[in-house]
Amino acid sequence: MLTINKIEKTFLKNTPNELHALRGLNLHLNKGEFVTIVGSNGAGKSTLFNAISGSFWIDSGSITLDHQDITYMPEHRRAAIVGRLFQDPMKGTAPGMTIHENLALAYSRSKRRGLQIALRKKETELFREALSEFGMGLEDRMDTRVGLLSGGQRQALTLLMSTIVTPKLLLLDEHTAALDPATAEKVMDITNKIVAKDTITTMMITHNLNSALKTGTRTIMMNAGNIVLDISGKERESMTVPQLLDLYSKKSETELATDRILLAEK
Amino acid sequence: MTLIIGSLQLGLIYGLLALGVYITFRILNLPDLTVEGSFTLGLAVSASLTMKGHPLLGLILGILAGACAGVLTGLFQTKCGIHPILAGILTMSGLYSINLFIMGSSSNLTLIGHDTLFQIMYKAFPGLSKDIIKAVLALLFCLVFFLLLSWFFKTHLGLCIRATGDNEDMVRASSINVDVTKIIALAIANAMVALSGGVLAQYQGFADIGSGVGILVVGLASVIIGDVIFGRRSVTIGFVSAIVGSLIYRFIIAIALQTSIFPAYMLKFVSAVIVFAALSLPALKSQIALRKIRNKAKKKA
Repeated sequence: MLTINKIEKTFLKNTPNELHALRGLNLHLNKGEFVTIVGSNGAGKSTLFNAISGSFWIDSGSITLDHQDITYMPEHRRAAIVGRLFQDPMKGTAPGMTIHENLALAYSRSKRRGLQIALRKKETELFREALSEFGMGLEDRMDTRVGLLSGGQRQALTLLMSTIVTPKLLLLDEHTAALDPATAEKVMDITNKIVAKDTITTMMITHNLNSALKTGTRTIMMNAGNIVLDISGKERESMTVPQLLDLYSKKSETELATDRILLAEK
Repeated sequence: MTLIIGSLQLGLIYGLLALGVYITFRILNLPDLTVEGSFTLGLAVSASLTMKGHPLLGLILGILAGACAGVLTGLFQTKCGIHPILAGILTMSGLYSINLFIMGSSSNLTLIGHDTLFQIMYKAFPGLSKDIIKAVLALLFCLVFFLLLSWFFKTHLGLCIRATGDNEDMVRASSINVDVTKIIALAIANAMVALSGGVLAQYQGFADIGSGVGILVVGLASVIIGDVIFGRRSVTIGFVSAIVGSLIYRFIIAIALQTSIFPAYMLKFVSAVIVFAALSLPALKSQIALRKIRNKAKKKA
């Protein structure tokens, strides 16, 4: 499904602030795989996501998604096949527009957008149904401005927006990190449901090692712009959080010292 | 009576300008200075073609010229990475020369003795008074373009433009080319502004190179007055409020000039003050509220 071949990215090349963010990274994902990604701050997790979704072009290497070379495809065109969620719930929705309008915009992603009226009855029912599955009561507030929703509601809506047209790849960049624990769990539940329903190939960055092992089918650990650990199947099932931490410090030169990872341990 | 009907006519003609300014200022969320140039551009094209005997063609080409000016500013902003305000200023400055060129390097043109759209209508309906014809024609322009724009901003493309002004990142993530939506919005906005100038030229029977000076503030004042009355709601209501704002603005100006509260040359100053007051009010309000809280706390302590 997704094949990343020896990608390299250096920011601010030939300056004192030069940063070698991705160092010949290789990764292959099969269709329907749900990969969780862990690693300390600055390991290159988000940079990897940016490379895949096209926020910048990589220096060398190639990215193939579903037999299509997307290495130099413009960002907005990639967005038609790659869904992405950010940590900040404000980023994925337009606050001044209604829930209905936001969804209509997302729904038209795969189609040609023209001079058709955007809000149609046929689609309204579809949106309503999808929203009601969240159990947040959003289906009765379709004409509410998104700016008036809570962070959790907005993130759930963003999740629906990026999956209402099933993407070939879904990128979740710590999408529950800014939410309170109860809401985070709820959004995580919704995520699992949606991903399972359409067997979407998914990558999720998280700092919660527990949920990294519990969620999905495969876990990779990144350090200094490369993958240092890649576990799945039985090996992953028998892995515990302390073991993972232990492995981490063995595999990487730097100590795992971000307080967020320590705090996230249960 | 002449005061009311006169400001009604002007209010509707400048209402087209207000529609254009609403698109950039409220929907796209950036004040576009191209307006100062594209207004005169529409005026110049309309006047010079009227002199050649094609008043309607003048308006149509005026609209197209305005759209081109908008596209240019859009390209400066997106493809050339120039700051939005500066991009508008560049187009506006460049247009000054272009406008003079269109007007045959004279700083004003008079249409006396030439058939404008208004004069053609006087002849077609000799029974009606000229004032009524002027008002109806202006109303017609306003209505047609209000309906067109209201429909447009309900379509997918319109929705994309609205979202661009609201959250650009999200729009990019929805697989929409933000550069394109911005350029289209600027083109439509400046087309409206140019049309406003074009109709005005034929209405007043002359074109002046300085007509565009301060016109952005006039448009902003209309939009803001409309906001105060209608509140900020859907785009369709926003368009109505912009036109109503323009009407009220003209009435205020007419009354003030009639009763000579201020001389005519103070017009732009007063407009600037209105816009300043309306824009600064929310910030001043919150500062006063904060001060009240602090003073209360001090008293208790």
